[in-house]
Amino acid sequence: MNIKVLGPGCPKCKTTYNNVLEALKQTGAEAQVEKIEDIEEMMKYNVLTTPVLMIDEVVRIKGRVADIKEIKELLTQ
Amino acid sequence: MFDWLQSFADWLIYTVAGLSAQTHLGQALNFFVFDTLKIFLLLFFITTVMGVVNSYFPVEKVRNFLSRKKMYGLEYLFASGFGVITPFCSCSSVPLFIGFVKGGIPLGITFTYLITAPLVNEVAIAIFLGAFGPKVAAIYVATGIILGILGGFTLGKLKLEKYLTPWVQGVIRNAATEDKLESEKRSLRQRMPGILKEALDIVKGIAIYIVIGIAVGGAMHGFLPTGFFETYINKDQWYAVPLAVIMGVPMYSNAAGVIPVVQVLVAKGVPLGTAIAFMMGVIGLSLPEAMLLKKVMTWTLIAIYFGTIAFFMILSGYLFNFLL
Repeated sequence: MNIKVLGPGCPKCKTTYNNVLEALKQTGAEAQVEKIEDIEEMMKYNVLTTPVLMIDEVVRIKGRVADIKEIKELLTQ
Repeated sequence: MFDWLQSFADWLIYTVAGLSAQTHLGQALNFFVFDTLKIFLLLFFITTVMGVVNSYFPVEKVRNFLSRKKMYGLEYLFASGFGVITPFCSCSSVPLFIGFVKGGIPLGITFTYLITAPLVNEVAIAIFLGAFGPKVAAIYVATGIILGILGGFTLGKLKLEKYLTPWVQGVIRNAATEDKLESEKRSLRQRMPGILKEALDIVKGIAIYIVIGIAVGGAMHGFLPTGFFETYINKDQWYAVPLAVIMGVPMYSNAAGVIPVVQVLVAKGVPLGTAIAFMMGVIGLSLPEAMLLKKVMTWTLIAIYFGTIAFFMILSGYLFNFLL
């Protein structure tokens, strides 16, 4: 599994990133987590609002912080 | 609306703490308690309301709406209004800027959005409301919207595309409207915990600045005589307004704390137009924002952008001093 957190480094994006790490720890799932802070790189994914949570190249949550419970649900789908 | 809060502050300071309402200390502490509680209540309320609006706001639809319709200038008003309701966090501004440009929205309209978004935000609205009351808060919002429209329109007429960074120019050349729309299907009940937590986080994040701002304001309120500043800063000094805007630019991180201090400056004789110009400089133009914009604009464009906005801020400062 590949997880990407997109956001230019604001507190919300950092919270999302930490939530992803925590959710992975709690579920014990294996995933490669990337944090994309470069705007040029980010725009390739066509995002308008940040932070964005992508799982396997699919935008799952955008424009708000994803909480741990939510991420765990997405991970186990 | 806040009478009960004033009664509480009176009770706490004059009855419980036993200070006299005639002393400077008693007045200053009363002012501090009342103002702090009032501003925090307003702040929490307004950030929550804005959080709900934001959660339901169809960003993609608005972009497509702005790029498709010919609205004879009204699109500037929409872009500006849109800037008002997008969140305090300036980090979404740049992705949105690119998103707009990518969707084929003209640069002038995009600039209108980019100017209004940081200039009129819910935190500043709440503090203006708490510190100055509804009339000045309304003036602040209206000024921000008009500034965004005039600034964006002017910048749009200047043909600045060549001063964008090369990759953004590439984005413009490949601009196209997209139809892929998807919105989240979540009920308000599901959204509410996240919205409330975010509102609380915003309030917590700036609480210290507000408390310091009100404490400084409270001290000045109690100890400086009314009209104290009139001797130094008055409407006849032409350089006061530009100086106020320029001084405001580097003070971004303390915007939340600056407003309560300025409230007292006004009470003690600083002209309101000069004060609003100063606060616009504090809130609307910031060095961290310039660093963020560096990714999409060349320094030349950032300078033109800041210069144009500063010019309109100064103009509105003079206008308020003239009108009020």
